[in-house]
Amino acid sequence: MTPPYTRPTTSPKDMTELETGGRDPERASVAERTDGAQARVIAPAKGRTIALRDLNAYYGDTHAVRGVSLDYAANQVTAMIGPSGCGKSTLVRCINRMHEEVPGARAEGQVTLDDIDIYGDGVDPTSVRRVVGMVFQKPNPFPTMSIFDNVAAGIRLSGTRGVDLRERVEWALACAGLWDEVRDRLGAPGVGLSGGQQQRLCIARTIAVEPEVILMDEPCSALDPIATLRIEDLIQDLKERYTIVIVTHNMQQAARVADTTAFMLNGELIEHAPTEKIFSQPADTRTEEYVTGKFG
Amino acid sequence: MSAGLPAVAGRRRNADRAARAGLLVLTLVALVPLVLIVFELLSKGLGAWSWTFFTTDPTGRFLGDPGGIRSAIIGSIVMVAIATAIAVPIGIGVALYLVEYGKSSRFADVVRYFVDVMTGVPSVVFGLFVYIVLVVSQIGGTFAGWKGSVALALLMLPVVTRSGEVVLNLVPDGLREAALALGAPRWRVVARIVLPTALPGLTTGSLLAVARAAGETAPLLFTVAFVNGLSLDPSARMNSLPLQIFNDVGQAQDRLVQRAWGAALTLVVLILLVTLLARFIQKRSRLA
Ligand SMILES: Nc1ncnc2c1ncn2[C@@H]1O[C@H](COP(=O)(O)OP(=O)(O)OP(=O)(O)O)[C@@H](O)[C@H]1O
Ligand SMILES: [Mg+2]
Repeated sequence: MTPPYTRPTTSPKDMTELETGGRDPERASVAERTDGAQARVIAPAKGRTIALRDLNAYYGDTHAVRGVSLDYAANQVTAMIGPSGCGKSTLVRCINRMHEEVPGARAEGQVTLDDIDIYGDGVDPTSVRRVVGMVFQKPNPFPTMSIFDNVAAGIRLSGTRGVDLRERVEWALACAGLWDEVRDRLGAPGVGLSGGQQQRLCIARTIAVEPEVILMDEPCSALDPIATLRIEDLIQDLKERYTIVIVTHNMQQAARVADTTAFMLNGELIEHAPTEKIFSQPADTRTEEYVTGKFG
Repeated sequence: MSAGLPAVAGRRRNADRAARAGLLVLTLVALVPLVLIVFELLSKGLGAWSWTFFTTDPTGRFLGDPGGIRSAIIGSIVMVAIATAIAVPIGIGVALYLVEYGKSSRFADVVRYFVDVMTGVPSVVFGLFVYIVLVVSQIGGTFAGWKGSVALALLMLPVVTRSGEVVLNLVPDGLREAALALGAPRWRVVARIVLPTALPGLTTGSLLAVARAAGETAPLLFTVAFVNGLSLDPSARMNSLPLQIFNDVGQAQDRLVQRAWGAALTLVVLILLVTLLARFIQKRSRLA
């Protein structure tokens, strides 16, 4: 099932390249947004390709992800589906090295961004996380911070210098479709927003550090249908600039937003194919049983 | 005997009433000593209060004007402030270690155990410990205000650590994860996210430790010793409210006993203010 894989002969690139590589420093331009607002685009023109090779993840003795090999195409939305506990969150957290933050957890195998092995020797997890952003299930704005500070938090926390914070915050909020709603109260606490607004604030916070990949772990499961639709629209906008991996329990959502869909079961990858194919004529009977609601 | 539903309900209602009445009586019994203490304090202490009571030092003279309690108030404030400056950074540091780094490691468990043991150590033991280590050994002279502060700090340390640990554990893990996922190094997550979020709770815990230490007599008895005059120099002997009360109560003169009541009321009011401040800050906390 797993294609034979050989390590790239190029040595792991240094992380400054991971953080700036492939970007055109002169790419700032003004783009027309669908909602009519003008936003200055400072984002990379391109997301990264992610390749997982024989990835295994453990919590102590629990083997949560079993030998997964999977490619995420750049500037595509990939949905991860599968029954509860099958390892979707664990897999996604291996891509930004958040998995190892859990005490006793470890990951083996290879994850490459373009051709840089993020588990390579001497790679600092924090620099990986600046390139691979993450949006969590529950909106979690920093409670002590204003809306502005929440969006600026990533830049400040990662010690990045030489950024025009005001401009960056405005841009990130506009990208997240939140600017018009909060422009008059940037100093108000972030936790004072509605759940859906908070989640868009968290998305703005994630893109403010200019990642190239965005991981979303059930980003809409705490939201009502209208807030969910807004986020789904947003994902469609964002994929022009980012590679997006979204974990979802909602099959309609996967069908609406994802270019390709991967089905996992018991820690293994069962099938990864274009979304229409997964939902109409899956290759594996287990996938079919799951998407037609026979189990899970 | 065809009791049916209403009879059962009636019996249950009676049992409920009896239980409530019983609990109310117990509560009232518990309140009796508290009310008596407050009443005694107010009736005897208020009489001692006057402008000169707060603005003059004890004279120590057997006859004539015994003086007020200024040096005791200021000495207490100075010593408790020094103790706070020692105990709060260390206590919060230990709590941060336990919550953010040690977690459930063996060493962290050992530290937790010792902190618990320290909580239960009687305050007189801390006084004796400092007496042996710092006073008998004549480090920096004999009795000194800062030695009392060390004893008070030892007393405060477990309180600050334990409450700090509880508060830091209340900071949702989701916030730490969100900050880490933004590419923040661990120490920045602690400094910029965890500490500010926990700050009101940490302040409350520290203030409660302050309130606890301010009323302690035993740690000061063998470490600071009693002195009448005003001193702002912690390397010398200092007066303090608890020792002032301790000294005056044992005197045969009514005027001195009266001063003890006045000093006791002052001490209680000061501690009450600190406690109220702690509660006020706690209320404004964004954590549960
Ligand atoms: N912190 C943890 N400690 C130990 N085991 C864990 C931990 N987190 C997850 N697991 C285990 O790892 C396996 C995969 O969990 P994971 O959270 O990745 O599933 P999931 O597919 O995201 O499920 P869900 O759809 O419910 O979010 C499960 O068996 C789970 O019990
Ligand atoms: Mg999950």
